[in-house]
Amino acid sequence: MMSSSISEVRLVVDGKRLDGRTAEDLRQLRIETGVLHEADGSAFVEWGGNKIICGVYGPRECIPRFEASPYRALVKCRYMMSPFASLEEHSRSGPSRRSTELSKVIREVFENLVIAEKFPNTQIDIYIDVLQAEGGTRTASITAAAVALANAGIPMKDMVAAVAVGKADGHMLVDLGKAEDNFGQSDTPVAFASRSKDILLIQMDGMLTREEMVQALDMAERAEAKIHAVQADSLKRHYEEAGEKKFLM
Amino acid sequence: MKVVMMSDELKDMVMSRIRKDVMLGTLAKGTRNDGRQMDAFRPISVQKGALTSADGSALACIGGTKVLASVKFDVATPFADRPNEGVLISNAELLPTASPSFEPGPPDENSIEFARIVDRAVRSAECVDLKSLFIKEGKVISLFLDLYVLDHTGNFIDAGTLAASAALSDAKFPKVEGEKIIRGQYVGPLKPRALPISTTFVKVGKTWLVDPTREEELVQDCRITIATTESHVCTIQKGKGSLTKQELLDNIDIAFKRGSEIRAML
Repeated sequence: MMSSSISEVRLVVDGKRLDGRTAEDLRQLRIETGVLHEADGSAFVEWGGNKIICGVYGPRECIPRFEASPYRALVKCRYMMSPFASLEEHSRSGPSRRSTELSKVIREVFENLVIAEKFPNTQIDIYIDVLQAEGGTRTASITAAAVALANAGIPMKDMVAAVAVGKADGHMLVDLGKAEDNFGQSDTPVAFASRSKDILLIQMDGMLTREEMVQALDMAERAEAKIHAVQADSLKRHYEEAGEKKFLM
Repeated sequence: MKVVMMSDELKDMVMSRIRKDVMLGTLAKGTRNDGRQMDAFRPISVQKGALTSADGSALACIGGTKVLASVKFDVATPFADRPNEGVLISNAELLPTASPSFEPGPPDENSIEFARIVDRAVRSAECVDLKSLFIKEGKVISLFLDLYVLDHTGNFIDAGTLAASAALSDAKFPKVEGEKIIRGQYVGPLKPRALPISTTFVKVGKTWLVDPTREEELVQDCRITIATTESHVCTIQKGKGSLTKQELLDNIDIAFKRGSEIRAML
């Protein structure tokens, strides 16, 4: 977070953020369900400058076979950032240490939700590709994957919505943008189960007091109700409207 | 008669179910298999300066778990977006020597996650003033923080954070001449500005346990690591499972308490 080195960067002026949002406003969020032809379920999320596509395959044969469980389906997740995803230079393609960690924590969200006992000896693949990144890709990915899994008809105990809250320029903010993430004092991505309100993902860096943590969790919970509404609306629209789903256009 | 071999998976399932039932029975009596309180660490010891080859080092032991941390300096090119700052690089090895559950080969997701948790704790707490590692334009000092898990009887994450904090407080600032580090010569102690301490909890059934042993980790329903400085939470990482907001806040309170007790040992 390196807050002290760049604390002179002003990110909140007169209660407004750089893009005009208030502390609890989300960036514009659009979710399109069922955008891929071959996947069993899919979703495309545009969230601020993030553009993320998620395809779900399965339950299908577990490969390698020795990994298969006679009791349950394995949930597998691959989060990947494209080399052209950010404004900076072209990065290396393929898995990085960051993407390995994110794949793990995203998988651990859905292992709580998918009713895996229904599909022994199989695996369920969640593929997430970040085409364009502008802060908050892991939370946008979780939000997208929940919709894609529902679209694939995979039984789940609950839905999940995720958002990053944090502190930037001394203010507690919801849905951090890239500058707020890079130059802020803390980034705390949280995923709440929509019904049970259980925390399915929480990570945190930077510095927050206990009181700020309480505030962060409350703000995340309120934001996640809004995100859930967008997810539900997208799924409903998908089954109401016929025809090709458009994305990236 | 047909002989049915029990698959490894089935054996693991049966064994872990039995283990869990036994543990739940013990926990119901208000104690743990090793007799500890729910919110107690195993005995902790820290030995600073365990190596002479490194610029700073420490061996941290929590119960039988041993993690060695080394701090070593080198010269590097800064990152383009932070031209005035030195570079901190953290790496972790789960040595196959340490546990039958560790395998040789490139770092897996567990060792990557481990290294990144410790890295985030050190970075967030701003232990090292990275600006002090600037040499001249295009040249900075890089700080390599290496973590070796030597013996794993559970909770190598907290032992790793502890070893890292101890190694940083043991480290000496290298002497730089021109663009080179003079090996073995120092200008004084590194003096970290804060020392993050992490506390890892696992939930077994309905009970939260601090500093889990390997057997507790094997039957866990949820894991969460919370690193703190004196005044702030500086890193959180949830592993498997889920928890409520209240459980998280209760664990943060315990993490602050245990954190300051352990920090006093450094």
